Amino acid sequence: MELKNFKWDQDADGIVTLVWDVPGRSMNVLTSTAIGELAQVTEKVVSDSTIKGLVITSGKTNGFCAGAALDEMEGNASSTGGKTASPQDALAARYNGVMQFHHVLRKLETCGKPVAAAINGLALGGGLEVTLACHYRVVADNPKIQLGLPEAKVGLLPGGGGTQRLPRLVGAMQALPLILQGQSVDPQKALALKLVHAVVPLNDVVTAAKNWIKGTPDSVQPWDKKEFKIPGGGPFSTGGSQVFTMGNSMLRKESYGNYPAQRFIMSCVYEGIQVPIDAGLRIEARYFVKLLQEPASRNMIRSLFLSMQDLGKGARRPQSEPRTEVKTLGVLGAGVMGGGIAYVSAAAGIDVVLVDATIEKANAGRDHAAQTIDKQIEKGRSTPEKKAEILGRIHPTADFADLKNVDFIIEAVFEDRAVKAEVTKKTEAVIGATTIFGSNTSTLPITGLAEASIRPESFIGVHFFSPVDRMGLVEIILGKKTGSHALAVAIDFVQKIRKTPIVVNDSRGFYTSRCFGTYTREGMAMLAEGIHPAMIENVGRMSGMPMGSLEVMDSVGVDTALKVTRQTKKDLGITGDDPAEDFLSWIVEKANRPGRKTGKGFYDYDAKGKRLRLWPELLAYKGGQWRTDADVGEMKERFLTIQALEAARCFEEGVITDPRDADVGAILGWGFAPFTGGPVSYIDTIGAAAFVARCDAFAARFGERFKPNALLRDMAAKGETFYSRFAPQKQAA
Amino acid sequence: MTDCYVYDTVRTPRGRGKKDGALHEVTALELASQALKALRDRNQLDTSKVDDVILGCVDPVGEQGSNIARIAVLDADYADSVAGVQINRFCASGLEACNMAAGQIMSGQSDMAIGGGVESMSRVGMGASGGAWSTDPQVAFKSYFTPQGIGADLIATLDGFSRDDVDAYAVESQKRAANAWAKGYFKNSVVPVKDILGQTMLDRDEHMRPDATMQSLASLKAAFEQLGDFAGFDAVAQQRYPQVEKLNHVHHAGNSSGIVDGAAAVLFGTKEAGDALGLKPRARVKGFASIGSEPCIMLTGPALVTEKLLKRAGMTKDDIDLFELNEAFASVVLRFMKVLGISHDKTNVNGGAIAMGHPLGATGAMILGTVLDELERRDQETALITLCVGAGMGTATIIERV
Repeated sequence: MELKNFKWDQDADGIVTLVWDVPGRSMNVLTSTAIGELAQVTEKVVSDSTIKGLVITSGKTNGFCAGAALDEMEGNASSTGGKTASPQDALAARYNGVMQFHHVLRKLETCGKPVAAAINGLALGGGLEVTLACHYRVVADNPKIQLGLPEAKVGLLPGGGGTQRLPRLVGAMQALPLILQGQSVDPQKALALKLVHAVVPLNDVVTAAKNWIKGTPDSVQPWDKKEFKIPGGGPFSTGGSQVFTMGNSMLRKESYGNYPAQRFIMSCVYEGIQVPIDAGLRIEARYFVKLLQEPASRNMIRSLFLSMQDLGKGARRPQSEPRTEVKTLGVLGAGVMGGGIAYVSAAAGIDVVLVDATIEKANAGRDHAAQTIDKQIEKGRSTPEKKAEILGRIHPTADFADLKNVDFIIEAVFEDRAVKAEVTKKTEAVIGATTIFGSNTSTLPITGLAEASIRPESFIGVHFFSPVDRMGLVEIILGKKTGSHALAVAIDFVQKIRKTPIVVNDSRGFYTSRCFGTYTREGMAMLAEGIHPAMIENVGRMSGMPMGSLEVMDSVGVDTALKVTRQTKKDLGITGDDPAEDFLSWIVEKANRPGRKTGKGFYDYDAKGKRLRLWPELLAYKGGQWRTDADVGEMKERFLTIQALEAARCFEEGVITDPRDADVGAILGWGFAPFTGGPVSYIDTIGAAAFVARCDAFAARFGERFKPNALLRDMAAKGETFYSRFAPQKQAA
Repeated sequence: MTDCYVYDTVRTPRGRGKKDGALHEVTALELASQALKALRDRNQLDTSKVDDVILGCVDPVGEQGSNIARIAVLDADYADSVAGVQINRFCASGLEACNMAAGQIMSGQSDMAIGGGVESMSRVGMGASGGAWSTDPQVAFKSYFTPQGIGADLIATLDGFSRDDVDAYAVESQKRAANAWAKGYFKNSVVPVKDILGQTMLDRDEHMRPDATMQSLASLKAAFEQLGDFAGFDAVAQQRYPQVEKLNHVHHAGNSSGIVDGAAAVLFGTKEAGDALGLKPRARVKGFASIGSEPCIMLTGPALVTEKLLKRAGMTKDDIDLFELNEAFASVVLRFMKVLGISHDKTNVNGGAIAMGHPLGATGAMILGTVLDELERRDQETALITLCVGAGMGTATIIERV
């Protein structure tokens, strides 16, 4: 027996300790070779009569196992199972592959000898599933240890028996939320759930496991016993039918039916717990393989896991630049954005000099950070000690001279060229000659702002999203003259504050604001077509967007939307009737409803800003003769198509160059329908030719804005995808 | 096609479907047996001439389980040769059983058959038979499962029926039912339920609230608001009907059908079979139909099936003297009348299930009897009976007096 992933050690009592320790990786992941080795181990345990029991633990200090190797899985999903195989044979091959793993774990849990998992660190996904096939689980008493099945978060389902063993252990009612939402639990919670048998100090986990084997271990799984019943009952027990009936409705409420993984998980549990475990595992394997056929899963794995990981690791960082570290940050402007940036930076261990016109204003920025932490303390996610520590790193001041020694500047003052130019000059007068100047702007082109700088090569756009503490994306914008050192510093900084950077080139609205703007404009176009406002809002959410388009406009400001509409038309020389503009003008200028900030926009709001109802006069407009017969599927397509088309235009104009930036930036930045994998995955999945045909048809019916660009037509002609034509350079640092 | 005639209709009174209801201590089997016995005894029926007994039952488990129709045949001391089958078209089961019995006769395959139904909702709870629709994710997802009450509120929302509209309908149903009972309009069909000592246990519908007023109903809380919000069903309905900004929850116990116990049976036969037994036909079955409709809103089937059936029968709504639509929820009837343009004066003239209750498996057969009695009383000709049905269906029957 030759083991690469595991170390084998049999003690005098005949107990084998199997130490999982994948070479060359900081964390154990479950690979097909590891599964093969587990099979060999089981054979040996069964056949060698000197072996009394088995303890599985990890040789890594930071965890037991982080789960299956998703890169292996993505390859598996997109492989065709060999060139000659028919699609049906390919499916069968994949199904058999999944069943192989089930057979290994079934052999392990029915080997007749006691098997214990000594969980000394996090066990997620496939890692936890291996422990569920053990007869006994003991976990180290460290609240940071996470135990869970996070597959659903990237559009997958636990394919290693998780949907079968977890409900059999803790009942469907407890298991479903854990699997559907991919939540993990800490050791004490796991103990309360009866997911693990014992919690002991870290150094005792292996001893505790061995002691269990030396005692009177039960080497038969509960579900392999004759008298076994699912805790809480099956789907047709009194409580069980509620679990599934309401589980189905809640899931539709939250997922809008857009996420096949969650639906399949429900089916795995519903169908699986009504039959013996082996049949349940076959059911799970079928759904798992079926799910890998779904574009949603493949796209979600790519964007939400692989690409996000690549970008987070600095895939877009210039290789030639030496690594930098920001220890002290200067933030200009202590408003909501500045305060938020100061907070996330201080929380990442960076000292922050927070400058505003007066010390009072500067202090307000620190108070903003304090409020953010207070909310976290309320939720048990922070402590007063941490608060003091973080606030201690924020130094409010009204004196630009205090910026003298900072490593990096982020300007977050009012969105006004003159104001920005002034603080740029004041700052450059004090900071070091090579210190990089970042500007947090969501709309003003960086190249123009850099004109105020005496060293435009060190001037870069760093676009944060609001609320800064919760939004995981930073859009880095290169001005015409921005140098590679500036980019390296900005990316290193974004990594340090644990956010995901994307890199785009300069343009009006850059990438994110520009594309997102098309969503709200499409909503306005629908309104102008007479489609019922409630329908526009509901279908917007059903398309996968986090908010309805009118709701977005209220929160951005309907007055701002009107201003932008008029400015854009002026810039582009558009004249003539515009029902959308008429609507905006009516709402802002006649009805004086500029948006949520005044409690009145497309919606009415209460004093706390809670959305109450659509403005009744809007519903009564023109006698309330709104259309409700619009095709829902087509409305969804319009919402997503117009945004994806704008992303394609950004590619053609060179605003964006890497499909990973486009997809991850869209999902993290403006909540573009995550199940699509992002706007360019959306186009790739539909196919450029079909997408172009759709755009042409929409252009004819709904307006020129849907006219596909030359790039898309070229891709359609050549049968290209964004991920092939603009193949990301695999240059991860 | 052979003509099928209705010879007699019987029903039990409806007992409140709770533990303190008058029929709670009577088994479902006994309810069905008493209906069958009454039909036999009133007509001095030679039961060996009956080919089949078809009974609707919506939760056929426990004592209502397996095949309660054949067991009731045995229990009622019918001839051994009488077959029995239980069927389930949810709320239209009782009418569907009648349609199937009539269908056997019209197609020449039986000479005499009984259709009817039974449901002891106090003894076998609603939903006791389970089923895949709400629980199996595969179908619940694609068909936007929501409970019926949400569908009823959705109808009210889409059609703009206010709380006052549905409450006013309910008050009128109570008034009409009270009036009909007071004047003895139901006495021809209702047979009291008796105990083994021959003492009457119930001879009137127990669920009625003749004193209900707009004020008293106004105090009732909307029954499905919490369910819609807490369990996410409002959101499911909105995803199916995205033009809905917010569901208007207007239904409650006072304007929805009551939960009750009861049974009914209707005797069908050919002219020849009736003649041979010396029976006088009361009505002819003109036609019947069922239809599927959108399942999320669920309860819009009656108008659709009515249109289908009228077309098949070569009739228009104006050819119908009386409409009898099960009052599952007030909005169901309001929508039916609105869509077809039918006056309330012709619809549910003696009230309905809001006042008297809806014993799921039996109601269809009960209201067939009710409307036939009323046709005779008014000396009118034609009636259409219909019910809304779970999972989005409708079933209807047209009868005409002979």
